[in-house]
Order: sequence, then C-alpha cells, then structure tokens
Amino acid sequence: MNNPTEYLPRSYHTRVSTYWWLARWAYVKFILREASSVFVAWIVVVTLLQIRALTRGPADYAELQNSLRSPLLLTLNAVSLAFVIFHAVTWFNLAPKAMVIRLRGKRLSSLAIAAPNYVAWVVISAAIAWILLRG
Amino acid sequence: MLFSAGGVVSAMLMPIHVLLFGLAFPLGWLDAPSYEHLLALVRHPLTRVYLFILCSLPLFHWAHRFRFTLYDGLQIKHLNELINTFCYGGATLGTAVAAYLLWRIP
Repeated sequence: MNNPTEYLPRSYHTRVSTYWWLARWAYVKFILREASSVFVAWIVVVTLLQIRALTRGPADYAELQNSLRSPLLLTLNAVSLAFVIFHAVTWFNLAPKAMVIRLRGKRLSSLAIAAPNYVAWVVISAAIAWILLRG
Repeated sequence: MLFSAGGVVSAMLMPIHVLLFGLAFPLGWLDAPSYEHLLALVRHPLTRVYLFILCSLPLFHWAHRFRFTLYDGLQIKHLNELINTFCYGGATLGTAVAAYLLWRIP
C-alpha cells in the first residue's frame, strides 16, 4: 500500500461556527486569555511612543503624557492593565502544566512551581518601580 | 520559543509598566519621573537592551497567539497566508521600529 489515503475514506469535518466559543463560559475564558495578547501588543505600541517622545524632547514628552491622561487612553490602559495581569496570572498558573519536575520520584506540586513565578514577579516589579521612582 | 520568552517577559515586566505609566503617573497617584531622569535612564545601554526585549519579545508572543486565535477562534484558517504575514510581519516590523528608536536616542 503505497498511498493508503487513496483507499481510506476522507474524514468527516463538520462546519464549525465562527461563534462556537460563545457556547460555554469555559470557551469564552479561553478566548479572553488568548485575546490578552492584543493588549500586550498595544502596550508595546505605547512604550514605543514613549521612547519616541523622549527622543524628541521635553515638549513632545509632555504632550504624550497629556494624551495619556485623556479618558480614552486612561480607559484603554486600565483595560490593558487588567488583561496584562490576567495574562500573567494565567501564564504562571500554566507553568506547572508545562514543567513537570520530579523530586525523589514524586511530582512537585503545582504550587511549588507557580509560586516562585509570583515571587519573581513581585520582586522584579518592585525593582522596576524603584528604578523609575527614585529620580 | 519566542512565544514562550515573550510570554514570560510580558507576564513579569508589563504589569508594573502599565500600572505606573498607564495609570499611576497620569492619574497622579505617584509623582511621575522627570523627563531628565527618564532620558538619563534610557540613554544607558542596559536600559536600551531591556527596552528592546520589552518591546520585541511580547510582540512575537502576540503574533503567535493571535495567529492561532484567528485560526481557531474565528475559524479563518484558510486565510493563513494573510494572517501569518500580518502577525509575524507585524512583530518583525515592531521589532525593527524598536531597534531604530533605541539606536537613535541622543
């Protein structure tokens, strides 16, 4: 049998609706988690705009800071914060599923793998805040 | 791998950046750092590397994740050439912009 697909029937694919993910809360949560990546990309855009403004001088930077105070951008960034935190939490909680570490034959608990991520998160965030705020 | 690295970078580093620059400083919860302080920070080569990583890796994380969200979420896998160009091309473009901006800091 050189080409078995010639002899086997083709598999049956049902047409899946574009809105399949609305059917269950679990699916919605999944799509929300994946959609958090869009807000991650938005924050990169904001960061690039900040760098550009810094390069152009204090006037430009002040202007950008003003736009960041507009209700639209404040709301967008607040939503982005929620999604970025959601990304972080779901990411850290997934780490135990991706990394299975065995110690003396027993599998390390999920908490033992997720917790160091959270600790690192807090420490790193504090360090960044300190660097930014001390000037 | 880029997806993974981007995921870690955006999880660890972004929340504090968004909290500070997106909410705390604009809303006056905390005193915003002065222009001079930020410029001094940004001129340092280490900061530039940090910012490059902060801008580039999360974009590749987005690209990969969004590509599959479009495939599976909206069931438009048949548009894969367009989607791939948009996603990975976008991430590459963003990375190039980041590199350019960070290189050109006076």
